[in-house]
Amino acid sequence: MLPIAAIGPGTGSIVVVALIVLAVVYYLVSTIVALRKITAGLDRVIGNVGEILSKSQPVEEIVTDINGQLDAGVDLLEGLLVKKAGLIDAVGLVDGLYPGAAAAGFRNFPDSTTVDAPRISEVYTKGTLTLARLGREAPIARGNPAGAVLRNVEGGSLAARLLYPDERQGRPAALPRSPVIGTDSPVQYEQRDDIGKPRKRMPSA
Amino acid sequence: MTLWWVADAILLVLVLPIVIYLLRGILTAARSIVTSVDQIERATAAGSQDLDAAALLLTTRDQVKQTVAVVAGYGGSLDVIIDDAE
Repeated sequence: MLPIAAIGPGTGSIVVVALIVLAVVYYLVSTIVALRKITAGLDRVIGNVGEILSKSQPVEEIVTDINGQLDAGVDLLEGLLVKKAGLIDAVGLVDGLYPGAAAAGFRNFPDSTTVDAPRISEVYTKGTLTLARLGREAPIARGNPAGAVLRNVEGGSLAARLLYPDERQGRPAALPRSPVIGTDSPVQYEQRDDIGKPRKRMPSA
Repeated sequence: MTLWWVADAILLVLVLPIVIYLLRGILTAARSIVTSVDQIERATAAGSQDLDAAALLLTTRDQVKQTVAVVAGYGGSLDVIIDDAE
């Protein structure tokens, strides 16, 4: 008799059910282990998210405050520039420093978007001359009684010139050198005989 | 007796593979969640570390206030020194 024939259908059922139970136990235990890893990972994630929340909580208030301060600075500088240079020259000046900026115009001057910006980087206008004055004539260039000087008097014109594109700052690369004169000069000229003598006069008719 | 054997065969050939298939799917999904949770944990840890610099915004705000104050004083001086355009 074969061994398979020695077992009955009840024994077979028990073996099959045992196999099923073993499979269920194996996979359920593996799933439980995975779920415990998930739980531990999520706990760490929650901790990190809490840190992110606590660190980012004051950011909005601070950034809003900074934006308010910068807005006030922009309003001040725009207003001062337009007041001193005029709207047209102010737009041209800004466009000369930042090409294309005239299209955006000034924030507090809606009319500035329609201004035909003068080419201040090419043509000197009152606004440009106003800037140039800052480095040469303005009393602020002489010094600040409250502390260190705000502007170098000697370099003031250079500071104003640096506002323009590089090609406007250019100087001749190499000027011709001054001639060397004296007895040991490399080029000697013959002394004229008539120097120191009475001027030649035309013969009288 | 024969029906019992048929039932055993059905259990062995049909039920057991289905049970294994379903449980393996659950286990695969759980393990994929573990991988995702690990990635999320690394991302949140990096984000939290990046936000350590947010405290410097306080210094930035103070610097901006001082700078705007200096600019305002400088602008006031220029307003007095330089003639208006018109």
